[in-house]
Amino acid sequence: MHTRVPRAASNSPCAAPKLTRAAIAIYNVLLVACLAASIAVATAQSAPPAENLLNKQAPDFTRHDLDGHALHLNAFRGKVVLLNFWATWCAPCQVEMPVFSAWQRQYGPQGLAIIGISMDDDAAAARQLVQRLKLDYPNAMGDARLGLRYGGVLGLPLSFLIDRNSVVRARFQGETDVKVMENQVRALLAER
Amino acid sequence: MRLGRSGRAGAFAALMLLCVAPGRMCAAGQWAAPPSSSALSVPTSVLLQPEELNRLLQTPGAEKPLIEKPLILQVGSRVLYAQAHIPHAEYVGPGSQDAGAQILRNRVASLPRKTFIVLYCGCCPWNRCPNVGPAYRLLLDMGFTRVKVLYLADNFGADWVNKGFPVESAH
Repeated sequence: MHTRVPRAASNSPCAAPKLTRAAIAIYNVLLVACLAASIAVATAQSAPPAENLLNKQAPDFTRHDLDGHALHLNAFRGKVVLLNFWATWCAPCQVEMPVFSAWQRQYGPQGLAIIGISMDDDAAAARQLVQRLKLDYPNAMGDARLGLRYGGVLGLPLSFLIDRNSVVRARFQGETDVKVMENQVRALLAER
Repeated sequence: MRLGRSGRAGAFAALMLLCVAPGRMCAAGQWAAPPSSSALSVPTSVLLQPEELNRLLQTPGAEKPLIEKPLILQVGSRVLYAQAHIPHAEYVGPGSQDAGAQILRNRVASLPRKTFIVLYCGCCPWNRCPNVGPAYRLLLDMGFTRVKVLYLADNFGADWVNKGFPVESAH
């Protein structure tokens, strides 16, 4: 939008109010621009640290899994959920995922539900890996909005353990000892 | 050649050291240099610590005009970039994938080969990052002489964002 600024040398009695209005308009535009910029810069910094999610309700989300089925986190209330963020280019993720698939078969009847969220840019690559690994649990594509809701997914792998009341009980960042994770899964499954 | 007990113990210890040394893959007693796709293939002499880069970015140009600001390129995932990235960093895509390599090639093609470039990813723990190694190698092959790679030991969140260094979000 083009803003016309009146000439300062004008003798018209209306010059001052016009200048004021123009100045206010420019000020408002600048203010909005500055606010937008500062929000953009601050967004990631103001994202809640992931540790803050511990013992709080897991941020709910609805997505479609890679097979097109609706995936609603709240629908898993009553189950222990292992929410795993991964990507096709993440080597340690691919070490964990077959283990998770085995857990889904082993502990599924006791109430474990594993949900995978791919942070890939490309759904086709994610779908291909899920098929290759024959994963026995639903996987969906993630995005920046979902990542920020979980405190910023700024490194992979990243997993959250959510109890039967939808409360986040543990967070695992990076390469994790799956035995440690499994012990916590079993402990949460034992809680009623 | 026969080794005594102490000699055998020493040889075993040396072998174990090689096996656990970063960048050495041990299989059946053999070891190998890290593949060029590994971040461990990036020479330590070109690594830039987060504190160093932050200092560089914080130095006002007017005060020290001779300090050159680098061109910062993120060679990881777009989803990670959209959540948080280093101010003014440009997204070029995963260095390990053909599409990312092509974007990187196109982005720098017309630049003087003395351009100061900093690459970073931070997707995974350093020794697992598949992106910075190929991206660094590509720039080297194109003739760039002033390429640094930001060393992020664990990931971008832990080693940059959580340390309070400045970030922008494209989200």
